[in-house]
Amino acid sequence: MIYFDNSATTQALPEVVDTYDQVSKKVWGNPSSLHNFGDQAFQLLEQSRKQIADLLKVHADEIYFTSGGTEGDNWVLKGTAIEKREYGKHLITTSVEHPAIHNSMEQLKQLGYEVTYLPVDDEGRINVNDLKAAIRPDTILVSIMAVNNEIGTIQPLMAAADVLKDYPKIHFHIDAVQGIGKGIQDMVMNDRVDFVTFSGHKFHAPRGTGFIYARRGRRISPLMNGGGQEKNQRSGTENVPAIASMAKALRLLLDKEKTANQTELAIKQRVSAHIANFDKVIIFSKNSDQFAPHILCFAIQGVRGETIVHAFEEHGIYISTTSACSSKKHLASSTLSAMNVPESISTSAVRISLGDQNTVAEADEFIKVFDELYTEFDKLS
Amino acid sequence: MKYTEIMVRYGELSTKGKNRKDFIKQLGKNVRAVLTNYGEVEVKAQRDRLHVDLNGQDDKPVIESLKQVFGIENFYPSIKIAKTMDAIKDTALQMVKEQYSAGKTFKINTRRQDKSFEYHTDQINNMLGDYILENVDGIKVDVKNPDIEIRVEVRMNGAYLSSEKIKGAGGLPVGTGGRASMMLSGGIDSPVAAYMAMKRGVKIDMIHFYSPPYTSEQALAKAKQLTSVLAKYSGGIQFIAVPFTEIQETIKEKVPEGYLMTIQRRMMMRLAAEITKNRHCTGIFNGEALGQVASQTLESMMAINDVTSMPVLRPLISMDKTDIIEISKDINTFDLSVLPFEDCCTIFTPPAPKTRPDLEKSRKFEQYIDVDGLMQRSMAGMQIFDIKPDEDYMNVNADVFAELL
Repeated sequence: MIYFDNSATTQALPEVVDTYDQVSKKVWGNPSSLHNFGDQAFQLLEQSRKQIADLLKVHADEIYFTSGGTEGDNWVLKGTAIEKREYGKHLITTSVEHPAIHNSMEQLKQLGYEVTYLPVDDEGRINVNDLKAAIRPDTILVSIMAVNNEIGTIQPLMAAADVLKDYPKIHFHIDAVQGIGKGIQDMVMNDRVDFVTFSGHKFHAPRGTGFIYARRGRRISPLMNGGGQEKNQRSGTENVPAIASMAKALRLLLDKEKTANQTELAIKQRVSAHIANFDKVIIFSKNSDQFAPHILCFAIQGVRGETIVHAFEEHGIYISTTSACSSKKHLASSTLSAMNVPESISTSAVRISLGDQNTVAEADEFIKVFDELYTEFDKLS
Repeated sequence: MKYTEIMVRYGELSTKGKNRKDFIKQLGKNVRAVLTNYGEVEVKAQRDRLHVDLNGQDDKPVIESLKQVFGIENFYPSIKIAKTMDAIKDTALQMVKEQYSAGKTFKINTRRQDKSFEYHTDQINNMLGDYILENVDGIKVDVKNPDIEIRVEVRMNGAYLSSEKIKGAGGLPVGTGGRASMMLSGGIDSPVAAYMAMKRGVKIDMIHFYSPPYTSEQALAKAKQLTSVLAKYSGGIQFIAVPFTEIQETIKEKVPEGYLMTIQRRMMMRLAAEITKNRHCTGIFNGEALGQVASQTLESMMAINDVTSMPVLRPLISMDKTDIIEISKDINTFDLSVLPFEDCCTIFTPPAPKTRPDLEKSRKFEQYIDVDGLMQRSMAGMQIFDIKPDEDYMNVNADVFAELL
């Protein structure tokens, strides 16, 4: 089996599952309990928090655990909207965001907020001049994804940060769900950023794990109210086994980040160089450093994306239409639509997304299968 | 820019006249203690300055450690170079360039100890100033309020250049103000009081009362952890754990409810005084602030203080809680202090303690208990720990957990 769908989810690593298992068996106290057994769980929770903070070079009190990327995105957006509603009701984001952002923004619109969606160019990238122009006195939040989940575009985060330096009161949020472990940490954790969303299952941690970074002194309203966990910011008994295993997964990820990125890039380059030779292939992900190393999005004209996915599946190769979240809804890719790619082409788009477990040999295997399938598809169209 | 030494300027010492030597000697000792992990570093405490020779050691951790030593007004990380004008020019230019951005001004400030050096102070200032004006586009001189100040010292053994002035902790070197005990509960106030005692040069021993099984292991660990945080300011602190369970149980059984708190405090004070005397210390510090809780009214203090003639010092006496909290955050004790572990001051608290206890009644009710016997047994169970900076008492499982993570 070749698994090329790492942007959808990753396999929880055996050593990560082992931590989950051991903590579930041995340190299962409630971190809020006063007794020694609860305190042990509290210590492990805080040690996990510190490890994550150290890996990201931030303070432990700037890390808040969540259930994943969707919660993190929802929390920062709606939490800012509630917290800063007295100061303004204008929000800025891009037209290529994940549904967790897009749909939260749409919901906020219904509640009386105004949203500006920044357009993108033919590489799926915003222009910071558009950002500059969109800022108004009542703007309270700018939210930009680090790496596009469909085609891998890296957004100009440093340039956006530079623009926002002149507007210190605006919350600057980065959705880094696809950006962690891809060699752009300095860009994501830049001096101007206030909030960053992360999701555990994208880096070999169990599902239902995630965290946000929230800069000291920046406030958002909690969405989960209850027992006052996470300094009253996110109530709900902490999932200590999952959190500890996420802390471990993050360490393992960043340990091998460099070599993993090299391999991912080599696979991406080998595959894209090969498929570029075919007439009906259109490649959306470039090989420049403006694109993440792990995502390759392309279309075979005249063949529906779903057909391509299933054809590869027959050969034990797992790829995806452009995003797992929208693929079952038969929607055209929202990123490609925003790039003005005609629907006749965007419905033919598929995504290869790589992880640290993939190898260059798998690229060769993929190419072999691609050639066979292309001949078949040629007959179809 | 890689610094080679740090020049330390003394604080209030200049006013100390004949005792000056002792102060300098003690400060040298304290600086050595906090830098003990950096083997290569050499500390020379001289009459007017203290010099920390880095000998290749990274300057950042040394600077961070120095910031916490009392008795230091400020310090200058500096670079030692050859005593030639060329070398001085080169280094000064490099220093300016590292800090310069458009619109910034500078000043050269030279001192010359080596009177045989070929140029005198004004000449050096002028030559260096000209050299920098020629080589840095757009820079201007401002002798009153410069953005960048380059300090040049021509000493006998070389030229020293510095430009960064770092504020020290102030106060007096710990150990020059005698030795006293500190009653440390684990709340917000007592660590701040301990900090302020040390700032005035007092070497302190921590006295902590604990009442197992009513108070937990974690509460004791928390008090030790607080001591470890405070030890950064003095190099090391002795921690005396005094068992208090039997005394509290006896008082609860024998003394009228309204006076429980007063008699408990009288016993604590008596024990603290005895321990302090036995250790040849000459005072007791505590974290009391007037009017904060029932035991901190003037009447209460009189009733409690009645048991000893030892000086009882209360650095926080007239401070507001908000100001105390601010200091505790600055010295990194706040987060520990607010951890929710009961200490022995909070167990057996009567619902309505007397805020104005009567001295005579306090003395009378105390006769219901065997003061001497209780004290003897408590002191017999006393344990003493040597606590060093940055030790971890809270997270006893850290190593086990590290393997999981």
